[in-house]
Amino acid sequence: MTSLETIPVALLALFPLTVILIYALFAIWMERKVAGFIQDRLGPMRVGGWHGWAQSFADLLKLIQKEDIIPTDTSKFLFKFAPFLMFAASYAAFAVIPFSSAYMGSNIDIGVFYILAITSLLTISVIMAGWASNNKWSLLGAMRSAAQMVSYEVPTIMAVLSVIVVAGSLNLMTVTEMQSGNDILGFIPNWLIFQNPFLLVAFVIFFISILAESHRVPFDLPESESELVAGFQTEYSGMRWAMFMLAEYADMLLLSLLGAVLFFGGWNSPFGEFMGGPVWGFIWFMLKGMILVFVMMWIRWTLPRYRVDQLMHLCWSVLIPISFVNFVLIALWEMLF
Amino acid sequence: MIEVVRKGNSRPEMVINMGPQHPSTHGVLRLEVTLDGELVTHVRPHIGYLHRCFEKYAEKMDDYSKVTPYTDRMDYVSAINQEHGYAIAMEKLLSIEVPDRVEHIRVIMAELQRIASHLLAVGTFGLDLGAFTPFLYVFTEREKILDIFEKTSGARLLYNYICVGGLMRDVDEDFKKDTAEFVRTFRPKITELQDLLSYNSIFIKRTANVGILPEKVALNFASSGPVLRGSGVKWDLRKNDPYSIYDRFDFDIPVGKGEVGTLGDCWDRYIVRVHEMEESCKIIEQALESMPDEGDVQQNVPKKIRTKPGEIYSRTESPRGELGYYIISDQSSKPFRLKARTPSFVNLSVLPAISRGSLMSDLVAIIGSIDIVLGEVDR
Amino acid sequence: MSKTTQELFDYLNAAFPEAELLHESAALGDSWVSIPADAWKEIAKFLRDDQQMRFDTMMCLSGIHYPDQNLLAIACHLNASEKGYKLAIKVKVPEDNPVIDSVESVWKTADWHEREAYDMFGIEFKGHPDMRRILCPDDWEGYPLRKDYVPQDSYQGITTKYTEVEESHD
Repeated sequence: MTSLETIPVALLALFPLTVILIYALFAIWMERKVAGFIQDRLGPMRVGGWHGWAQSFADLLKLIQKEDIIPTDTSKFLFKFAPFLMFAASYAAFAVIPFSSAYMGSNIDIGVFYILAITSLLTISVIMAGWASNNKWSLLGAMRSAAQMVSYEVPTIMAVLSVIVVAGSLNLMTVTEMQSGNDILGFIPNWLIFQNPFLLVAFVIFFISILAESHRVPFDLPESESELVAGFQTEYSGMRWAMFMLAEYADMLLLSLLGAVLFFGGWNSPFGEFMGGPVWGFIWFMLKGMILVFVMMWIRWTLPRYRVDQLMHLCWSVLIPISFVNFVLIALWEMLF
Repeated sequence: MIEVVRKGNSRPEMVINMGPQHPSTHGVLRLEVTLDGELVTHVRPHIGYLHRCFEKYAEKMDDYSKVTPYTDRMDYVSAINQEHGYAIAMEKLLSIEVPDRVEHIRVIMAELQRIASHLLAVGTFGLDLGAFTPFLYVFTEREKILDIFEKTSGARLLYNYICVGGLMRDVDEDFKKDTAEFVRTFRPKITELQDLLSYNSIFIKRTANVGILPEKVALNFASSGPVLRGSGVKWDLRKNDPYSIYDRFDFDIPVGKGEVGTLGDCWDRYIVRVHEMEESCKIIEQALESMPDEGDVQQNVPKKIRTKPGEIYSRTESPRGELGYYIISDQSSKPFRLKARTPSFVNLSVLPAISRGSLMSDLVAIIGSIDIVLGEVDR
Repeated sequence: MSKTTQELFDYLNAAFPEAELLHESAALGDSWVSIPADAWKEIAKFLRDDQQMRFDTMMCLSGIHYPDQNLLAIACHLNASEKGYKLAIKVKVPEDNPVIDSVESVWKTADWHEREAYDMFGIEFKGHPDMRRILCPDDWEGYPLRKDYVPQDSYQGITTKYTEVEESHD
């Protein structure tokens, strides 16, 4: 961190925000492009010239111009506050993500714990939005969301704990640093997913759970536009709605980056020292995160949606038992080898 | 704020209003749903938001032939079948014989329209369950059918093509080639749809054992079309009460078998539509082969049809089921009474009976599997 | 083998000798059986349950208005899916007292169709569990499909009458 000490702290704190905003604009465009290609069409092609690259900017401009509608009989304060709380929670979690070997918002020793704790705030903001809207559909969406997020936190935490058992640290920077080098068979990187066969299972559980946590298809029940008409977002419009959208995409990125840190070596280059260093590290890290985000999009445009009871069944009777057994197996493996 | 109804010691219930503006009610259907948590305890459909009183219009038109465009607008996704039904009813009433070529063109058009309509039905059904991509895949295919229709009739949605005694105009010279080409390219797409949607395990989970409609109930409610056949009843008017020239063709009636769940569930109703598209392809191929190349498509029907007193109830198999026209004629040139018995209206009335005890998400699946068109429900 | 309306009528007439059943027809099209309103429900049950008939579905129920005879009527089209019979039935009632027994308990199809006939013609169905308007709003005035129907001028402040523009089509 020595090279960056001269830059004021305030600017450093803004770094993740810049990343999120640029990423969100890019991801929304990418989502449309991915959807387009999966569905045998082109997606946005006009705005900005080359493959409609400015589509997200156009959307943003449109959203800024929209009237800020607050329905009567809503709980005004909570209604206005919910989108910001949601984004704040997502944003705050980025503080402990090691973007590169040279930059990390806060190098605390309980990084993993902090992320899991702060993302729980998302549940509260969703319930806040759903309840304050004074709309039955929103309320149903919020109820679904609360149940879903609370349930899926358990397998997420179990999967993360499995990694912690192997890595031996809650500090995400330490976790990343211990994954550097290409020692397995001489060329495979020391990423955790390659270190322990049961961590592959843990990753699958982790990935399914983060799909549910970030409300992506096939677990997008809180929003399910064809049933609940966008659920807790129904009554929101303009920039407030855009905050939800931003928070949702930020959440996707956050969980994907967490996955990249925990399983895919964070900012480590897959080629050892080659293409290493802080700048390349950042690029590698974002690339890994974006690949996971892409898989999320790919799944979204392929699968139908689960039903609420099936969702709970999948969590409580499939993922949680497997994750517990897997946790024990990982611990045993670590003891033996 | 949000009211909760509590009756006596029963569990608290919430009355929620689904529609008329709701993405999954396929138009302007309003359902008054009573919920216990997410469990549906009661559904009360309210219809009529699209009511235009088609029957009154038909009485006020000054000619029988002017009713045809109005029939188009009942079920706007299968307009040809509506016209076909009306033309057949009038021809039965007036005992008009239609040339062979016309019958062939009508059958080909009707079957193409059936495929187009079923494509829309299965596509939107997937959409209701959150599968967005199949919807766009099937629309690509539907587009090809609409192109054929556009070439033939000049319109893409409401054709006004089949008229009493014949057709508005002859088909264009490429018709046979285009249609044959479409059928050839369409067959593999059905397999693709089966892989992508029908046998997707999440899709099966969402639709199997949901909204079970037993055979007895289906008959008592006079359900028809894929809804009835999904319950395992082999009943298709093209076979059981043949009209036009359907008795000349060799095709099967697909019925639900309870393959992945219980007989008569949403998946069965869905799969019947998919198989029916294959059967329609068979019919089109046979009809293309036996279709005479030359011939007049306009029968000698006077411009202004005058009738004697009479009554007819004529029914045809539209993509959604039994489409009946009950026409009472008198001495004048317009119907004394024209009643359209539309399949969606009848099929929808079964909804409260089969949705009790299902979840909110199931209700969406059930509506999708019944495949209603509100223009036809409300007329 | 499918039976004609005449044969079905003969069978029905033998089963209900005291009811005044009529076999009627017009110059064109199908014939039908006319049934007096008081015997309708009983005959409906018979039609459904009798082993020789087994009319398990009612395809359609339509209201009709005959202004010259001051009559309202319903026409029912029945279908026996097993035997392949079809039968048209008419039940006529006077305009000033249009009450017919509901057959909703016999064929569930009648539920919405009877509501529609009530909505459009003002025929009341005795014993129907939910006799409301179905297509028109609940507070609509008049029965649109009656021949002497005059639309109301406004509905809840919305002008419903449109000024007719004379057009020549020829």
